[in-house]
Amino acid sequence: MEVITADSARDRVEHVENPYMPYPVRIDEIVVETEDRNLKTYTLVFLNKADEEAFTYHAGQFAELSLAGRGEIPIGIASSPVEKGFLKFTVNKAGVVTTHLHNMKEGDIMGVRGPMGNWFPWDTLEGKNVLIIGGGFAFTTLRSSIISMLHPANRSKFNDITVVYGARTPGMLLYKDELIEWEKRDDIDMHITVDATDDPDWKYNVGFVPPVTEQKAPQGDKDTYAIVCGPPIMIKFTQPVLEKLGYTHDHIIMSLENRMKCGIGMCGRCNIGKELVCKDGPIFTLDQINRTPREY
Amino acid sequence: MSEYTESIREIAKRLLETCSVEMIIGFRKGTVPMMNEPHVIRNARDTGDLVWDSNCGINLANYLTDRKENIGILAKGCDSRNIVTHILENKIKREQLVIIGVPCKGMIDKRKITRMFNGEILEVLEDNGQILIRGNGFDTRLDKADVLQENCALCTHRNPVIYDELAAELVGEQEDIDRYEDVRKLEAMTTEEKWAYFDDLLKECIRCYACKNACPLCYCPTCFVDESKPQWVGKSQDAIDIRTFHFLRAFHCAGRCTDCGACQRACPVGINMRVFTKKLEKDCLDLFDWEAGMSLESRPPLDVYRPDDPDKFIK
Amino acid sequence: MPIVKFEKQNWETGLNKLRRAYRLCGPVEDKGFHYFKDLGEAELPDFGCLNTRLSAKGIVYPQSEDMFEYSLDETLDDHHVMKDVQKDYSPRIVLGIRPCDAKAVKLVKLNFDTADYKDPYWLRAWEATTFVGLACDNPCSACFCTTAGCGPYHEEGLDVLLVDNDDHYMARVLTEKGIRFIETAGWDTTGVDGASLIEERRAAAEAKIVSHVSTDRLRGADTMTLHAAGIWEDISFSCINCGTCTFVCPTCWCFDIQDEVHGKQGKRTRNWDSCMFPIFTVHTTGHNPRGSQLQRVRQRFMHKLKYFVDKYDQGIMCVGCGRCVSQCPVNIDIRRVCELMNDLPAPDACAAQE
Repeated sequence: MEVITADSARDRVEHVENPYMPYPVRIDEIVVETEDRNLKTYTLVFLNKADEEAFTYHAGQFAELSLAGRGEIPIGIASSPVEKGFLKFTVNKAGVVTTHLHNMKEGDIMGVRGPMGNWFPWDTLEGKNVLIIGGGFAFTTLRSSIISMLHPANRSKFNDITVVYGARTPGMLLYKDELIEWEKRDDIDMHITVDATDDPDWKYNVGFVPPVTEQKAPQGDKDTYAIVCGPPIMIKFTQPVLEKLGYTHDHIIMSLENRMKCGIGMCGRCNIGKELVCKDGPIFTLDQINRTPREY
Repeated sequence: MSEYTESIREIAKRLLETCSVEMIIGFRKGTVPMMNEPHVIRNARDTGDLVWDSNCGINLANYLTDRKENIGILAKGCDSRNIVTHILENKIKREQLVIIGVPCKGMIDKRKITRMFNGEILEVLEDNGQILIRGNGFDTRLDKADVLQENCALCTHRNPVIYDELAAELVGEQEDIDRYEDVRKLEAMTTEEKWAYFDDLLKECIRCYACKNACPLCYCPTCFVDESKPQWVGKSQDAIDIRTFHFLRAFHCAGRCTDCGACQRACPVGINMRVFTKKLEKDCLDLFDWEAGMSLESRPPLDVYRPDDPDKFIK
Repeated sequence: MPIVKFEKQNWETGLNKLRRAYRLCGPVEDKGFHYFKDLGEAELPDFGCLNTRLSAKGIVYPQSEDMFEYSLDETLDDHHVMKDVQKDYSPRIVLGIRPCDAKAVKLVKLNFDTADYKDPYWLRAWEATTFVGLACDNPCSACFCTTAGCGPYHEEGLDVLLVDNDDHYMARVLTEKGIRFIETAGWDTTGVDGASLIEERRAAAEAKIVSHVSTDRLRGADTMTLHAAGIWEDISFSCINCGTCTFVCPTCWCFDIQDEVHGKQGKRTRNWDSCMFPIFTVHTTGHNPRGSQLQRVRQRFMHKLKYFVDKYDQGIMCVGCGRCVSQCPVNIDIRRVCELMNDLPAPDACAAQE
């Protein structure tokens, strides 16, 4: 049996950082992303430099945004680790916390807790082709990923990068300026699409994400991985397309969402089987997901 | 009442064999003394699992909410009144139901009996109005009348008010019952005394919500305690939030509560929250001459407006 | 570790000495039932209690606990910034915790003390506490501790195990904290030969356990098969979705975090939560991955008897205290569910061989 002296153990506990304590941040900029004004991107700046240094993250992780008096909400990190001095989060107005956040203004003080969860398997993806498929507002951590992969220090680590990103209308696409910039580059193969548009000047794809993927995406093989983030309906119809293209389930990578509170694997609500989406996830391969109860 | 078991099994078997119903909702024998488990039977060969005795206090109307099947359901007097309320409130249709009426002689109070003995109770049987109790260091008989749940001791509607089958002969109703002695005591208290009484009454509450979840009236898709937009009550152990929950729940049950006692029976910490619902039951009787769930022909008083509704309490 | 002996006539004197150095906490009776509370001056723990109605988990993990406080007053420099709440982590002794509840604390620690994160509230409260157990000579008929990785004389999670022996207590001292407890009370710390007596008493107590569960095949069972099994409708039918089982359980640890504001002052609080409540998992969109009663009941039992078993390899997330068995308002019995789950792999395996 372990014998612990009270004093030594107490010292140990007291020096533990409090994982529930959010870092205080200031809202530096708010950008309305979409024509329905339901999505806004918040650029947050740490009040304390040391906190910024402590917040080291990878593309694919999330954080808890903390609003004093309202609560917390888990949101994927939209900025990239290669972007220094700030964090970006794109937030859909839906519940109590996000509705309040949408009413806040530049200069207001809030909190950020994280980074949390695992990230896209960047070590595995090195030297591989990467197909990124996104739909609607689930493009946030995908933006983070693309910015990271295109960074001069990183681009050579990957072979072909293909992106299929769709939204209902041109006005519902996130990060439009960046999308257009990426479209012009020759080191990333961009396929932007919308469900429908009456804009005569729209020069990109029209159609749902699954058929556009079927037309434009590379064939699956052992050196090609697909990352898929989007609404359930998009994922449901994209999966058979990827299977047809030859992607095996261990080469299809997804990010799950579940209701969360603590974000550190303790509060118990986000599990799928024995896996906790907040800590063991949110990134899983389809192969892993197939082996857990579908409770997400 | 354990003699009802055979006749209940026969009726259930017949209803399932003739496809009159798809399922029977009743009780199966519990795994601990003084408990039975609400249970559903879908096959005639399983009807032997059904039992009836003085430990069937959970209100089975609770299991009917929004069900689509044709159902046979066992119903004591109180269950039957809650079935009436369910039908009036469109939570189930009369034509879906075959109601197996169970004339009731009252349920025994598990908590009261437990408190009477120092050692653990190992077995409780019943025999002709007597309760046989065997435990660590004792083996005794009690008169069932002395250990009834309080709501059963005060019950004036033991027979089902609506039924298609009967598990036994109707029983005599209790006469000259003073249902509201406790409420009058409460009404006579000063404001300070009332608060002290409520605080003591509710101090053990752990907000498990067994009371509202055992209640057939509490079928709201989202209870006000769970609403977040707007949030009506806090979620901590704050005494004001706990009071708010119990008071509002009681008001929501006004004119609908049959005093079946399921709330008090379900409470793991033994709170008698029936004092709240009974106060409102008494008010409905005094003001509207109303008893809940007695007839399919009239709606609860707080559901309808009548020109001659009393209004003196509006200030 | 040594066994010491002290007379019951010195119990109260010892406790009074301990009161100067520690906060004392123990079971007391109110309205016919026992619960753990901080003992007042001269108040004694009631060791006559079979077991408390609620487990001892609230000692380390209160049902509601403030985490942070803050001001929303924008005229203040630090408005909207979370501040730690001052708490009393001075040394404390819990007297008369049963071995089942102590073992449960050890299981709950697996959740709050991980390689990646430490929960400071739980850990500091745990570290401040000396667990003085009372061996269980009269287990209840719903107790099944001996087949749930525990037992009436089980020592895991305890600093001292007290054995009631006529006019004195035999105390098996298990940790440094336990030694300090005996020393501070002023009882004789000279070791005595009590091992065989305690061993006999343990065997006698274990023989009184009449209720058992089988868990041997849970670890080998396939998660998806158990999850998809046909047993859950029958198990879950009677469930009314209250939180009784989870709140009385010594090993259930799930919680919620809530902000509450009065005027300009706010606090962030954590409260026990329950996987039995529909809103536990509901998404903002209204989608609920465990929207049905069957899914929620299955989650509770799968967590305790399968997910936990697989994740930690420390047995089941249950110590057999029997509280959920005796307090469930509709008599859903974990012993029955455990047997059904443990038996499930067998028919499948047989079918595969045919």
